[in-house]
Amino acid sequence: MPKVNITVNNNPATGEVEGRTLLSTFLRDIVGLTGTHIGCDTSQCGACVVHVNGDAIKACTMFALEADGATVDTIEGQANADGSLNVIQQAFQDHHALQCGFCTPGMVMSASALLKENPSPSEAEVRKYLEGNLCRCTGYHNIVKAILAASGQEVSAVAAE
Amino acid sequence: MYDFEFEKPSSISDAITLLSSEEAMPLSGGQTLIPALKQRLNAPSKLVSLAGIPELRGVSVNEGGMLEIKGATTHAVIAKQASSHYPALSALASHIGDPAVRNRGTIGGSLANNDPAACYPAAVLASNGKIISNKREINSEDFFQGMFTTALDEGELITAVQFEIPTVANYQKFLQPASRFALTGVFVAKFDSGVRVAITGASENGVFRWSEAEALLSDNFSPSSLDVLTFSTDGLISDLHGTPAYRASLIKTLTKRAVIAAK
Ligand SMILES: Cc1cc2nc3c(=O)[nH]c(=O)nc-3n(C[C@H](O)[C@H](O)[C@H](O)COP(=O)(O)OP(=O)(O)OC[C@H]3O[C@@H](n4cnc5c(N)ncnc54)[C@H](O)[C@@H]3O)c2cc1C
Ligand code: FES
Ligand code: FES
Repeated sequence: MPKVNITVNNNPATGEVEGRTLLSTFLRDIVGLTGTHIGCDTSQCGACVVHVNGDAIKACTMFALEADGATVDTIEGQANADGSLNVIQQAFQDHHALQCGFCTPGMVMSASALLKENPSPSEAEVRKYLEGNLCRCTGYHNIVKAILAASGQEVSAVAAE
Repeated sequence: MYDFEFEKPSSISDAITLLSSEEAMPLSGGQTLIPALKQRLNAPSKLVSLAGIPELRGVSVNEGGMLEIKGATTHAVIAKQASSHYPALSALASHIGDPAVRNRGTIGGSLANNDPAACYPAAVLASNGKIISNKREINSEDFFQGMFTTALDEGELITAVQFEIPTVANYQKFLQPASRFALTGVFVAKFDSGVRVAITGASENGVFRWSEAEALLSDNFSPSSLDVLTFSTDGLISDLHGTPAYRASLIKTLTKRAVIAAK
């Protein structure tokens, strides 16, 4: 079976895979990082969003072999070095941006890709960027608030509750 | 999903050699193909990834003044790099799917797939575009041959796509929010030689030009020019998202909006 070498959250990860092994399967079942969630498995929901060479992608719709040699960042690598929550994660907690938490890893990874590209997004820009991340619990307002707060902006301006 | 061999060549010629084996298929962004493999709609013995081929990536203006986009360029890169040359095309790319889909999906994959609701076919047809393959050049008029059907032969690769750059243009996508494709989309492009209007997401035969609208808009580029037209419902898609009559109405409204917004 072919072998892949991927740097996951700054650590080398190696494994034997089949051609059809998805990156999401590699991360969860071979590397043992189950924070990358599988919601739909059809590239609709965004629960599986990780960064490959810095770009947000859906890990359920990429083969592990396509990521050979790449750098992958997952939710497990997001906390600060001392283990405390990073600014986006903390904002999610402060603004009650999660209920069951199933969508949260993907939301946080998408939010971090957005803030890297656009450090001070408008509410509309946040909503547009999250088009590929579905949440069945929160109704999105608190997620949008948390991301605006993480970008250092005033959040009381978000109208709907 | 059935298993397959995975290959990642670094040149077009190596890719073509690999694709000549029985039941091999190209894999570009995988945003359409991987879901199809999961449903066992395809069962290739070998997937040939186009992601390691530098000559398949990039956006530039060629000597003839046409915008040339290499086949494995992602939607995200097109959104960024086409914006100064062809803003309407860049805007189209920036509204495909969602950011994660745009970071993987490519123009060559989209055109080869020719989904009846895809966005690029309308842009290519309205821009009098050409599909460049490893063997030949194909005019947009000849390339799109109905839903999910193109002029490509087995094992033939889209290496680039060329667009004539209009003086003004606009794409109006009426979003089907569940799939994030176009429920109906209209691309209007105005050239010195006349106006071209291409419609996606509406016809059972895939993307097409609306010649009556083109003639009227070429005479007078104003939304009111279209008031005299009624789009026939014959051959329009009927599904749970919209009746043929609804799509006919969308075609006219979106064409008007595109004329108003064109820049
Ligand atoms: C959630 C979601 C939303 C989307 N929304 C939109 C939308 O709004 N508008 C839109 O237009 N599209 C949309 N798409 C489709 C998206 O644009 C795909 O990226 C695209 O249709 C396929 O491109 P790909 O590079 O992923 O191709 P792949 O999935 O890799 O391949 C698709 C097909 O083309 C073949 N192929 C790939 N590259 C070539 C080539 N260079 N030459 C010959 N054959 C080739 C493959 O063998 C396969 O049969 C969406 C997809 C998803 C998952
Ligand atoms: S599990 Fe990947 S998008 Fe839903
Ligand atoms: S918090 Fe439950 S799906 Fe988002």
